[in-house]
Amino acid sequence: MSTANTHVAHHYDDAEQQFDAARLGMWIFLATEVMFFGGMFTGYTTCRFMYPAAFAEGSSHMQLLAGTLNTAVLLLSSLTMALAVRSVQVNRPAVAVRLLMVTLVLGFVFLGIKGYEYATKFAEHHVPGAAFSLGEAHNPAVNPQHVELFFAFYFLLTGFHALHMLIGVTIVAIVAVQTWRGQFSSAYFTPLEITGLYWHFVDIVWVFLFPLLYLIH
Amino acid sequence: MADNSLRFTSHHIVPVKTYTLVFIALLVLLALTVLAARIEHGVLNLVVGLSIAVTKAALIVLYFMHLRYNSFVVRMVAMAGVLWLAILITITMADYLTRS
Amino acid sequence: MSTAELPKRHYLNANYNVWSWLLTTDHKRIAILYMISLTFFFFVGGVAAILFRLELMTPQGDLVISETYNRLFTLHGVVMVFFFLIPSIPAVLGNFLLPMMIGARDLAFPKLNLLSWYLFMAGGLLAIAAIIGGGVDTGWTFYTPYSTTYANSQVMAMALGIFVAGFSSILTGLNFIVTTHTMRAPGMTWFRMPLFVWGQYATSIIFVLGTPVLAITLALIALERGLGIGIFDPRLGGDPLLFQHLFWFYSHPAVYIMVLPTMAVISEIVPCFARKRIFGYRFVAFSSVAIAVLSFLVWGHHMFVSGQSLYAGLVFSFFSMLVAVPSAIKVFNWTATLYKGSISLDTPMLYALGFIGLFTIGGLTGVFLATTAIDVHVHDTYFIVAHFHYIMVGGAVMGYLGGIHFWWPKMTGRMYPEMWGRVSAVIIFIGFNLTFFPQFILGYLGMPRRYHVYAEEFQVLNVMSSAGASILGFGYLIPLVYLLWSLKYGRIAGPNPWGAKGLEWMTPSPPPTFNFDETPIVTEEAYAYPPLSDEPLPDDFLSDVPVADEQREPLRS
Repeated sequence: MSTANTHVAHHYDDAEQQFDAARLGMWIFLATEVMFFGGMFTGYTTCRFMYPAAFAEGSSHMQLLAGTLNTAVLLLSSLTMALAVRSVQVNRPAVAVRLLMVTLVLGFVFLGIKGYEYATKFAEHHVPGAAFSLGEAHNPAVNPQHVELFFAFYFLLTGFHALHMLIGVTIVAIVAVQTWRGQFSSAYFTPLEITGLYWHFVDIVWVFLFPLLYLIH
Repeated sequence: MADNSLRFTSHHIVPVKTYTLVFIALLVLLALTVLAARIEHGVLNLVVGLSIAVTKAALIVLYFMHLRYNSFVVRMVAMAGVLWLAILITITMADYLTRS
Repeated sequence: MSTAELPKRHYLNANYNVWSWLLTTDHKRIAILYMISLTFFFFVGGVAAILFRLELMTPQGDLVISETYNRLFTLHGVVMVFFFLIPSIPAVLGNFLLPMMIGARDLAFPKLNLLSWYLFMAGGLLAIAAIIGGGVDTGWTFYTPYSTTYANSQVMAMALGIFVAGFSSILTGLNFIVTTHTMRAPGMTWFRMPLFVWGQYATSIIFVLGTPVLAITLALIALERGLGIGIFDPRLGGDPLLFQHLFWFYSHPAVYIMVLPTMAVISEIVPCFARKRIFGYRFVAFSSVAIAVLSFLVWGHHMFVSGQSLYAGLVFSFFSMLVAVPSAIKVFNWTATLYKGSISLDTPMLYALGFIGLFTIGGLTGVFLATTAIDVHVHDTYFIVAHFHYIMVGGAVMGYLGGIHFWWPKMTGRMYPEMWGRVSAVIIFIGFNLTFFPQFILGYLGMPRRYHVYAEEFQVLNVMSSAGASILGFGYLIPLVYLLWSLKYGRIAGPNPWGAKGLEWMTPSPPPTFNFDETPIVTEEAYAYPPLSDEPLPDDFLSDVPVADEQREPLRS
């Protein structure tokens, strides 16, 4: 039992067991997250199946450039996150802190672009509710109410995703401070590792949201 | 037995090169999915879009999230999440697809 | 017991102040917190049931108006399902026993465990607030578009309460799964684990994979009601059936959340009081997992008459019958365990035997209902009400009470009065059957559920049912009294009053804070009851090879 023992809670035998438990716990939590978003994806699937033309119409009002850029931003942030974990694994915490800062900034860039998109949607009256108005339809045959349904899913899915991003940047900020204080080393970096898992998961959700919301014909 | 395989490669270190290659692959796939969506090919659009998304997700899960280097139990958990989502969507759609 | 004394230091007297309870991370204390909270919710739900059973004594609506009646049965359903039955056995007995049964000092994430309790209480308080604020009249199923458009009640607060409590379930399930994988004592292989642990593990699978869907569904209900987003609203192009799909994707497996842990308890009680190894250990173990998986494929049998496609109905009908197979395997195995056993009819065993009979009735009527033709006839009648009460009350509550009696000496260090235990078990059994058997007939004759007035010809059976309900209610009060009494006056139990097998019986009663003074080494299978003889069991038949802490090689996964 080495120095890592200082981090081992009383009910564990050793650091390895604690690490295994934390990682397995995070993966199970991510499985529950799959099902949480899964409920919304199921709703999306059924409604898109019922109103394919309206969903294509709604998608044509998305800002493709913003969406594509945001995808790239998140993919890059996943890379920096993975590299941050690796830096701690090879005992270079200073590098890890910088990479985590980059991840954090990329997270905020994503949220900023998302906020810009939301603002545009409000200005164009594309938010479901009493003030909804489709404006000029590319396909005049569609029922605006069904397009409204598309936007309902757009805000629901991206809204819950953005909520997860907010939680994500908060946790990344916390582990960045912990790393900066020298709490992690190759012997113990469990919080960093499981934060990484969460961050990548949120990225994956976006990887599916992007084609489902921005790229419908 | 599956049991002991949980204590495994807990400190597997992936080379920077692998991470970078995966990232480049992800960007290529992103470009591909945007380009593919510009071409009209009916229901295939959805198939192509989702296949690329699944590929990207698989790359992230296997390399960034280290599932490739992880234990049997962790892999089962990841599979269970995907499988259960498939159950939910497939059986629900079985109703919608066969309604008269 | 030769030395009739409680151990000097145990988890109950380790600390006395309030914060040592409210901030505890000891799984045993958290179990006690759950037990107290659940008892409260059980009686809240019970009072509602007594009130509407009183109303149903007469065909006219003379005690309450229909709006109040609707709120009463909704209160009963919501509180009993989400705030009693679903957490009951996992949160109380599972929390208390699971770490001990696998020889661990605590669950894998003790703080998360405490957080689960706080989430549960927060959800419970929201639900209580919704009840005090006027109640909910949608039924516990919150069907749209009624719940989102028309219901003039506290739907949002109630949905939010269940949403929050759902995360308590998720965290409990997560904790159990991780604990089972990573915290087992040396020698505790998967097939040496008590079947109780297998049952909790299978339940946890449902907690973890099902509950998030309920959470998002109820969040959607709240959003739909608050913002009118239209996903479930046919006027806006949405589909109410989508709600039913999502709701039942969780809420059907939720029935197995109630009954799988119960089966787990029965699998402990039956071998102990028959003094035999469980028959077909692996079948019982795997049937738990099979039930957990299959339970996710059957939800549409709640929707046979809701406008779902005929073909989907056929598929759901088929899968629903399939779930009966692993359930029947368990019943056969318990029966085979009883065969030629040396059976003693102590209170836990009375509950267990009651469970087996009532669950069989509930399960077989479930097969009737899985048959679409019969379901169309009895859908939304009292036949359904009787069927699921045979599972949820005759099954889950019986198992919970059986388990509480079985492990009461372990939890408190004292025995409950055996005679009163047996008497109340019999009263509950009689009261239960008198309450719910007439409802099978009522439903078959065509009395619909959820109405507070009914046709004259149904009165006799309704009076029988209400009379049974009062017996049942009285029966539930007796254990409340004598269990509390036993805390002070009960006979000192000693570590293993039943001569039962299992690691939890090797440690003193009540156990010390970290469960074992020395991590146990497991050298034999579960339920290794010796071949039947009249010899009394030795006190330490499991712990004959104590090994020092440094020498042992941890084995787990």
